[in-house]
Amino acid sequence: MKRYGTLIFASGLAFLLFVMFAALPLGAPPMTVGHAILDQAASQVGAANIVTSVVLAYRGIDTLGELSILFAAASAVGLIMGHARHDKPAGAPGGFILRAGVDLLYPLILMVGFYIILHGHLTPGGGFQGGVALAAAIILAVLARPGDLPSHAALSWVEGLAGAGFIATGLAALAYGHAFLTPLLTGERLGALVSAGTLPVLYIAVGLKVGAELASLLSRFTEEAAQ
Amino acid sequence: MDWLDLIVVVLVALILTGAMATLLLENMLGAAVASALVSLGVSVFFVLLRAPDVALTEAAVGAGLGGLLLALAAKRLGLWRIEVQQEEKQS
Repeated sequence: MKRYGTLIFASGLAFLLFVMFAALPLGAPPMTVGHAILDQAASQVGAANIVTSVVLAYRGIDTLGELSILFAAASAVGLIMGHARHDKPAGAPGGFILRAGVDLLYPLILMVGFYIILHGHLTPGGGFQGGVALAAAIILAVLARPGDLPSHAALSWVEGLAGAGFIATGLAALAYGHAFLTPLLTGERLGALVSAGTLPVLYIAVGLKVGAELASLLSRFTEEAAQ
Repeated sequence: MDWLDLIVVVLVALILTGAMATLLLENMLGAAVASALVSLGVSVFFVLLRAPDVALTEAAVGAGLGGLLLALAAKRLGLWRIEVQQEEKQS
C-alpha cells in the first residue's frame, strides 16, 4: 500500500513539474553559443566530432571538474570499504558459462573500449564511454575468476599517471602562451586518425583514468562481498 | 515513418514496464536488471533523437555499470546470493 502511495506521490510531482515546464518556452533557448560553436568548431579545433571539441576544447575545465568528482567518489568508496583482506578466501568462481563467455569476450570488449577512446575525436564516444567499457572488461574478468584480482596499486598508478597526463597536457598550452587546456597543434587534417592536435592525448588520459578508477571501485565491491 | 512510430511505442512500453518492475519487484537482482532495462530503452531513444554520444554514455554507464553496481551493492548487503557455491560442492 505504501508503495502505491509512493507511486501516486511521484506522479503528482511529475504533473507539477510538467505544468511548470509547460509555461516555459521549450525548444527555443535564448542562447546563441551553440550556433557559434557549430559554425566554428571544425575550423578552430579540427575535430570531426563536434561534441568532442566542446567537451575537451571549449569546456575543457568542466571535464577536469568531472574527473575530480569521479576521483572524489572513488576515493570515498575506497575509504568506506577499507582495505582488502587477503586472509579471507576469495569469492566463488563464476560458473562455466560466465568463464567461457569472459574468455571469448574479454579481448573484444577491451578492443572496443580502446577503439572508442582512440576515435573519440572522429566518431561518437570518447574517453568516458571507452573507459567505462575498459572497466566493464576488467570487472567481467574479476567476476569470472575472483582469485586473480587486479592489484589496486597498479590501478592507482595508471589512474594517477593518466590524471597527471591530462593536467600536464593542459599546462603545456601555457608554455606556448595560450590559456590552460587550449588545444595545441590543431592542423588542417579534419577527419584523419591523427588530427585535432592534443585532443586525442587528452581523451586517452581520460579513458585510462576512468577505466582504472571504475575497475578499482567495482572490484572493491566484489572483494567485500566475497567475505 | 510508420515503423519509426512503432519502435517508439514499443520503447515507451518497455521503459515504463521496466520502471514499474523496478518499483514493484521483491527480488533485488530483478529490480537492478529492470533499472538497467530502462537505461537501455532510453539509450535507444537517444539514438533515435540523433544524440549518439549521449546514447553511448547511457548504454555504458546506465545499462552496464549502473546495473552492475546496484547488483553488487545488493549482494554486499546480503540481499541475494550466487548459487554457484552449491554447484561446486556437488561436483
